[in-house]
Amino acid sequence: MSELIFNRSRPGRRAGGLAPDSEESAADLPASCLRKSPPLLPEVSELDVVRHYTRLSQKNFSIDTHFYPLGSCTMKYNPRAANRLAMLEGFLSGHPLAPVRFKQGFLECVFELQEILQSVTGMSTVVLSPMAGAQGEFAGIAMMRRYHRSRGDAGRTEILVPDAAHGTNPASAIMGGFKVREIPTDREGDVDLGALKAAVGPATAGIMLTNPSTLGVFERRITDIATLVHGAGGLLYYDGANLNAILGRVRPGDMRFDILHLNLHKTFSTPHGGGGPGAAALGVSARLEPFLPIPFVGRDPTGGLRWIGEAERPDSIGRLSAFMGNAGVLLRAYAYTRLLGREGLRRVSAFAALNANYLARRLEAAGFELAFPRRRASHECIVTLRREAREYGVTAMDFAKRLLDHGMHAPTTYFPMLIPECLLIEPTETESRDTLDAFVEAMVQIRNEAVTDPGRVRAAPWTTPVRRLDDVRAAREPDLAWRPPGRELAPGA
Amino acid sequence: MSHNNPHDLRYTPSHEWVRQEPNGEITLGVTDHAQEALGDLVYAETYPVGKRLEVGDPCAVVESVKAASDVYAPVPGTLVAGNPVLAKTPEVINRDPYGAGWLVRIRMESGSDLAGLLDAAAYERLLKEGS
Repeated sequence: MSELIFNRSRPGRRAGGLAPDSEESAADLPASCLRKSPPLLPEVSELDVVRHYTRLSQKNFSIDTHFYPLGSCTMKYNPRAANRLAMLEGFLSGHPLAPVRFKQGFLECVFELQEILQSVTGMSTVVLSPMAGAQGEFAGIAMMRRYHRSRGDAGRTEILVPDAAHGTNPASAIMGGFKVREIPTDREGDVDLGALKAAVGPATAGIMLTNPSTLGVFERRITDIATLVHGAGGLLYYDGANLNAILGRVRPGDMRFDILHLNLHKTFSTPHGGGGPGAAALGVSARLEPFLPIPFVGRDPTGGLRWIGEAERPDSIGRLSAFMGNAGVLLRAYAYTRLLGREGLRRVSAFAALNANYLARRLEAAGFELAFPRRRASHECIVTLRREAREYGVTAMDFAKRLLDHGMHAPTTYFPMLIPECLLIEPTETESRDTLDAFVEAMVQIRNEAVTDPGRVRAAPWTTPVRRLDDVRAAREPDLAWRPPGRELAPGA
Repeated sequence: MSHNNPHDLRYTPSHEWVRQEPNGEITLGVTDHAQEALGDLVYAETYPVGKRLEVGDPCAVVESVKAASDVYAPVPGTLVAGNPVLAKTPEVINRDPYGAGWLVRIRMESGSDLAGLLDAAAYERLLKEGS
């Protein structure tokens, strides 16, 4: 474990090489706004900073260093080519307030990405302003609200969410001022249609679905669901977390979804998981277009590109940030789609599904229990370790921690909650068969160890910079801000 | 897994237990199965006293290292008390789900009763089917 950078602090030590040597920038602030004591910052040299953070980065688990099969997160390789193209000097030196006539190249990339994603999703319009998936969801829900209000339909106060949904779905619905109604899942992993029929009605604003769901299976009755919800006057929201499974094969627009968000940092392979920032695309069917957030890129009759803003979109839900989304991330996603092309994007879903099903069948053959053994896996699969927990007292969390000692990031644990002692495993299309075989081998070794030496598994990890963390205590007694000795905050302050 | 579900309580399919008190109120908690499935509880919060509850309305939230879950009112009524020890020591729900780990008390709306809820045997059958 590294010491904190504050421990390297020495009074008066500075890293001045890159900072301006003048302090006059704050001179015209009123005295009441100036701080009385110096800020609590480490006093270190530039080289101290470089070494500290380089060492920390070397201890990290990342997609560049380790297999990272985190379910419903699509942790795939971020191609260096996409990175290199987004780092071209012309892009890096752009400024969001520069006149659009100097930015036609950048706007062309954003415009084409909008069009490519429209084509991939089957939606009428796609915009790229959300700064992250959750903001895309929030904007989508805000549009749903605006749509119903614009029709004078104020009684639609409920959003239906299956119990297997990502936690962000009910959270976004609540943030948008709706009440959440949970819809149960049947034994084969589909939405319980009977329960949906009973729940849908004049109070239904819409339903939020992930398809394939977080159970790693495709929702087979999606057309029945669409008919039911649309028939009652509700809208269909598509959470794009699992689009990787169906890229180029089934389109959310053809499944009659009205609103969707895509996580570009998942399906479109931009950096993810601390390497971000994230970025989302938001797509809609024609009837929701007036409410889209601004700005987005439009083409003039003369062929020039420009931002579409408030003046042309009076019914827009507004802006999601000061400018237009995470420019650098959008460029990486654009480069990714162009590098792969239409056929390449179709191959993504083919190999994502093949890898997930290969892994599922090999784990099953090795004696692990699949949550849905009769279903074909989409692009991820669920193993339940309830038997191992019962017989050896070794839980899914213990397996997850021990995998770190095998040089693999753990899959998602204990989600979805419907499946006891579960691992949700998403290998993605960028892993080789050798890596998948190594994962199965590691799981088998851990289970053998659970029989012969369960204490060793329960105390894992053994080889990581920090050992088993007390996450219960961390959650019960969070200690979020470090203060130097002598300057601790009073308890409860 | 076997659970010792007391026979004088009623149960819901969403893993709450209910005890009828002599004064017409009910006490509500989560079952042994629920606390075990959730794992170590790290946070619990009850809704404010005085809140009107319809069947299925959330009346408490419990959070573990694995998940956060709403706890639902099984009968219509008014929330009259929340367990004061939960804010500081949510782990009593793990230790004693049917006793010190109770969540809320609800004054039932007149005319309503617990007839629609499960008895211990029916709840145990439900757990068996689900596993």
